[in-house]
Amino acid sequence: MDDYTKLKSEPVAAARGPNGAAPGEGRAVLAELAGAGVFRAGRWLVRNVDLSIRRGEIVTVIGPNGSGKSTTVKLLLGLMKASEGRVSRVDGLTIGYVPQRLGIDPTLPLTVERLMRLTGRRSSGDIRAALEETGVPHLMKTPVRSLSGGEFQRVLLARALIAKPDLLVLDEPVQGVDFTGEIMLYELIGRIRDRLDCGILLISHDLHIVMAKTDTVICLNGHVCCQGTPETVAGSAEYKSLFGPKAAETLAVYRHEHDHVHGESGAVHEHHHGHHHHGHHHHAGDDPVDGNHRHD
Amino acid sequence: MTDAFVLRALAAGIGIALIAGPLGCFVVWRRMAYFGDTMAHAGLLGIALSLLLEVNMVAAVFAVALAVAAALVGLERRAGLSADSLLGILAHSTLSIGLVLVAMMPWVRTDLMGYLFGDILSVTMTDIAIIWIGGVIIVGALASIWRPLLAGTVNRDLAYAEGLNPDRARLVFMLLLALMIAIAMKIVGILLITALLIIPAAAARRFATSPEMMAALAAIAGCLSVSGGLAASLELDTPAAPSMVVAALIIFLAGFAARGRLLEQGGA
Repeated sequence: MDDYTKLKSEPVAAARGPNGAAPGEGRAVLAELAGAGVFRAGRWLVRNVDLSIRRGEIVTVIGPNGSGKSTTVKLLLGLMKASEGRVSRVDGLTIGYVPQRLGIDPTLPLTVERLMRLTGRRSSGDIRAALEETGVPHLMKTPVRSLSGGEFQRVLLARALIAKPDLLVLDEPVQGVDFTGEIMLYELIGRIRDRLDCGILLISHDLHIVMAKTDTVICLNGHVCCQGTPETVAGSAEYKSLFGPKAAETLAVYRHEHDHVHGESGAVHEHHHGHHHHGHHHHAGDDPVDGNHRHD
Repeated sequence: MTDAFVLRALAAGIGIALIAGPLGCFVVWRRMAYFGDTMAHAGLLGIALSLLLEVNMVAAVFAVALAVAAALVGLERRAGLSADSLLGILAHSTLSIGLVLVAMMPWVRTDLMGYLFGDILSVTMTDIAIIWIGGVIIVGALASIWRPLLAGTVNRDLAYAEGLNPDRARLVFMLLLALMIAIAMKIVGILLITALLIIPAAAARRFATSPEMMAALAAIAGCLSVSGGLAASLELDTPAAPSMVVAALIIFLAGFAARGRLLEQGGA
C-alpha cells in the first residue's frame, strides 16, 4: 500500500467540514495521516487515524499511556511505516522535533551550545536568539547533563525552533516541569507558533491542562476517540469515559478562564463516530457551535 | 632506543592510536564496547579462514567482522536474547572456531594465539603504509559522517526527523570499525586494538567539553599510551602491547586523580 505521498501545494482533503472555520483553515496542509494504521507483533498499535496539520495550527494529541501517541508521531514523521492508510508530507517540509527523551550517555560531553548545532550548522547569533526566545540564554555554555527538567525542555524547544521549521513536533514537552512552569511553557509554545507561523503537533499524556492555544485536540486510544476544539473534546462522552469526568472538568475550566482573557476561540466541531474501527472522521457539518458564546 | 624496529613499532602504534581515538569515542558514547570486542575476537576466525582459503588476511578479517555485525543485528531481532548475551556467544564461538580450524590444518604452522597480543616490534614498512593509508581513509570517512552519526547517537528519531540519515551513518561506522580491526589485527593484535578503542576515550572524557575535543584528546592519550608503553617495554624488557595497555590505564587513572583535584579547587 502506498504509505507515503508528497502533498502538492493544494490541500488534499479538508480536515474539517465547511462549517467548522478553525484557525489554519484554508491554509496549506503540512502533513497528513489518512486512515493510517500500524500493525506490529500481531496487533494494531494504532488504526484508522486521520490527522492533518496546517500552517499556523496547533494540534494536540492526548491519550493514556500505550494509546499509540508516539506511534502516531512516528508515522507522521516517517520514522515508522504505515501498514495501512496514507501518510503525506508537503515537499521540502522542514521539521523541528522535541523527542520524549534524548539518549545522552554520561560519557558524551555536550554543552547547550553544541547541542544547538546537533543537526546543522548554526551561527552563534542564531543560537543566542533561539535560547533568548525560550528564556534560557544564560545556559549557552552549560553542560546538558546539569540542566534541570524545566531548563532542559526549554533548551530542547530552542534547539527545535532554531532552523525556523515549518512544523514543530513536540513529544511531551512539559515532562519534568512543575505546574507553573507547564503553563508558561504552553504560553511560550503559543508565542512560537505566532512568530514562526508554523504548524505545531503536540503530544501529551497530561490531560489536566491541554494548552489554551490548541486549535484541535485529538483524543487517541488506539484509534481517534474524539476530535475537535478543547471544549468539544472535554464535553464529549468518549473523552469522559476514557479519562474520567474530573479530567474533563479541569480541562474545560482552564480553557474557559483563558477565553475570558483573550476572547479568542475557534468554532467547535464534534465528531460522532463511536468506537468502530471502520469509522471515518471527516464528517462535515456535525453540530457546529460558536465557541465564543459557550459558557458552560 | 633509536633502533629501526622501535621507530617502526612507534609509527604503527601511533597510527592505530590516531584512528582508535575518534572511533573509540563513538564506541563509548554508543555503549558498543563489547560490540567492538566481539568484532575483534571474530577477526581471529578471519585469520584462520584466510590461512585455510589462502586469501588476503585483511580482506578475510574485514569480511568476518562484518558478518558478525550483521549476524548480531539479525539475531537481536529474532532470537529474543539480549544484545550482550548474543555478543558473548558470537565473541567466544568465533574465536574458538578460528582456533579449532587452525588446529585441523597441520600444514599451517602459524600460532594463532600470537594474534591475540600481536607483535608490534616486528612490523614492516608495508604494515605501516597499510595502517596510515587505511587510517587516512577511516578518519576521513568518520569526519564525513560525523554530524548524522553524532545526532543519531543523541537521538535517532530526532536526527531522522530533521533530515539526516543516522541509520546509514551507523552502518558506515560499523564498516569503519571492521576496517580498522582488519588492518590493525595482524600487526598489533586484538588486545591492543580493543584497549586503544576504549581506554583513551574514557581517559579523555574527564577533560573534554565537546565531542570533537574528546575525540582529539582520545587520539593524544592513545599516542602517549603507545609511546610510553613502548619505552617502558624496552626499559623493563616487558611485552610491548600489554605495556602499552598498562600505560593507557595509568593515563586514565592519572586523569581521574588530576581531574578530582581540579574540581576540589573549584576549577571547571
